[in-house]
Amino acid sequence: MKENNSSEIKWTRVIGEEQNLFKLKLNELFKYKDLLFRFIYRDFVTLYKQTILGPIWYFIQPIMMMLAYVIVFGNIAKISTDGIPQPLFYLSGIIVWNYFSECFLQTSDTFNENQNLFGKVYFPRLIIPLSKSISGLLKFCVQFLLFLFFFFYYLYNGVIINPSYYIALFPLLLIVMAMLGLGLGLVFTSITVKYRDLKFFIQFGIQLLMFATPIIYPLSSIGHSASQLKIRTFMYLNPFTHILETFRFVFLGKGEVYIEGLIYSFVFSFIVLVVGVLIFNKSEKTFIDKI
Amino acid sequence: MSDLVLKIERLGKMYRLGQFGTGTLSHDLNSFIAKIRGKDDPSKLITHKNERDVKAIHDFVWVLKNLNLHVNKGDVLGIIGKNGAGKSTLLKLISQITSPTEGLIKYKGNIASLLEVGTGMHPEMTAKENIFLNGAILGMKKEEIKKKFDDIIDFSGCQMYVDTPVKRFSSGMRVRLGFAVAAFLEPDILIVDEVLAVGDYEFQKNAVGKIKEVSENEGRTVLFVSHNMGSIRNLCNRGVVLNQGEISFESNNIADVIEHYQKGNSIKEINFNKVSRSGLGNIQFNDFKILNVNNVETKQFCIGDNIRFYLGLENYTQSNQSVQIAIGFRSSDDRVCSMIGNEYLDYNISLKPGFNSVKCEVFEVPFSSGKFIINVILKKNQITEDWIKDLTYFEIQGGSFISEAYTYPNNYNGIYLKHKWDDK
Repeated sequence: MKENNSSEIKWTRVIGEEQNLFKLKLNELFKYKDLLFRFIYRDFVTLYKQTILGPIWYFIQPIMMMLAYVIVFGNIAKISTDGIPQPLFYLSGIIVWNYFSECFLQTSDTFNENQNLFGKVYFPRLIIPLSKSISGLLKFCVQFLLFLFFFFYYLYNGVIINPSYYIALFPLLLIVMAMLGLGLGLVFTSITVKYRDLKFFIQFGIQLLMFATPIIYPLSSIGHSASQLKIRTFMYLNPFTHILETFRFVFLGKGEVYIEGLIYSFVFSFIVLVVGVLIFNKSEKTFIDKI
Repeated sequence: MSDLVLKIERLGKMYRLGQFGTGTLSHDLNSFIAKIRGKDDPSKLITHKNERDVKAIHDFVWVLKNLNLHVNKGDVLGIIGKNGAGKSTLLKLISQITSPTEGLIKYKGNIASLLEVGTGMHPEMTAKENIFLNGAILGMKKEEIKKKFDDIIDFSGCQMYVDTPVKRFSSGMRVRLGFAVAAFLEPDILIVDEVLAVGDYEFQKNAVGKIKEVSENEGRTVLFVSHNMGSIRNLCNRGVVLNQGEISFESNNIADVIEHYQKGNSIKEINFNKVSRSGLGNIQFNDFKILNVNNVETKQFCIGDNIRFYLGLENYTQSNQSVQIAIGFRSSDDRVCSMIGNEYLDYNISLKPGFNSVKCEVFEVPFSSGKFIINVILKKNQITEDWIKDLTYFEIQGGSFISEAYTYPNNYNGIYLKHKWDDK
């Protein structure tokens, strides 16, 4: 074999050379878009196979949660809902939170759950978390219909709800949530490959975070006195506070919207996503040796 | 001339030995600190060579080390080696499942790897849905799968079960379905790892035929790992032997490669003090070797090979002794297969006092694949002098007995008869 030949050969790919950390191989991701849709399809059709009610479960779960919240938090604990009808208030919180936690929990398990698949065949690993957040989005859309149903029900029955023109911000809220869920999930899945300790943290961490987010209470129920201001500062730092409050404001007309808060949420989640993708890209190369 | 499609340079892969535990974090920190200070990773310095049966002292092992390989377009490269020699690691590195610790792999075109059949199939989904999913995982486009869908179903032979969830399939049918999808891939380089070991005879024939077809007619490059020397001999036109993470032999003559591999398998000397023996003991076996036609000691043979036995005998009496020696073969499921002995051939063996050696050759061994256990017995005047059970064994690993073109099924357990047909 003539050694000097090889320098002229145009290689499709060279494995093992130092790669730019920021080179994300997005064109490769695009090449596998069929696979992305297949995974979404798989998640969708297999979830409720061999169930009688099928996709109706998409509705039953939030309705039951909402009923429980109405009884426990609304009627027993008598937590204020800012004048918004209780079912609407809780349902908005539940479906928004569901989407985030779904995205986060599913993607944070990427390596662990797919180790058999990843150990046998190569495709851009990012396809799996992406497919999870998109199937999560589908689920959110279905549950959002439920929310709209209640929304119009109350509107029809003459309850005064004041949706705002800022409703145009809604897609932005979705993007921020998706970025946060995906980004955090990517960070966590990359670290749990080697250090499984975080897996335990995830389980209760997501519950703790839920209580730190205005889901069962409105932000307005926290006053402005000196002691409560500390809690408020903490709440402001939680990007979900702004997402939740804005969501309620644009649909139900009640909620504290701070434009700085929204920008902060957006920037925060964008950074989380970028960091997540970079860590994920780095760890995907050898994770199979470490898991 | 030859057209290089895959080039591997100084490839090395290091693995951690033992468990990942509390030491992991400190190791990582050490490596990280060394990295930012621009020094060599301290953990890289204390490593092992990949020797499976040597006790580990250090924490890291080079599973592959300094491996160089060139593959040309249209090559069907057989990769053989002992368990743990690094074959699968090499394939994993080429198919990008994990990254090399050092060195480069360069390739042209696209690679499809078949390290497992039916990867990613979902048991709840139907065969049809799974064909699309599996095809997409292997990198096929939707239109491509649609176009080939009928062929895939035909090839799998599962027409009746297209709309049945795969979980109701037998394991063999799942393998068929998985392989059918893979068979219609059109990669420039196909990587196949031992997937032919599963499935029934028909499937194996189909699979080998398909791989042959792909490489011969379409000029694709195939990298093939197998322990079945028969398939290797049948399929490959080039071969490499991996040993302890390095290429120990490389040739364009596949027969040479197989020969080298079989020779390289280390043969442990039989310890005659530890065998369970019975008999009077006036004359005893004290050496036994199994050799191939080139007088190289080995335990691996193909169907139809000649096997030579070398026997060392110690005569403790003071006079010449006329003896009957027999070698018996049992299969691993304890079936008596055959027996050979000088008595049956009316051949007289006379042993002088002291050490004697006797040779015996068996022609065209007709046993099918499997492990064959050897018993030896030595009699004088029909009285047992020495009888050793389970002395040693040899293995038959596929091969072509009667015609080069035909390989016997793996799971067939009878013997092969040399025969001839005539329809004139």
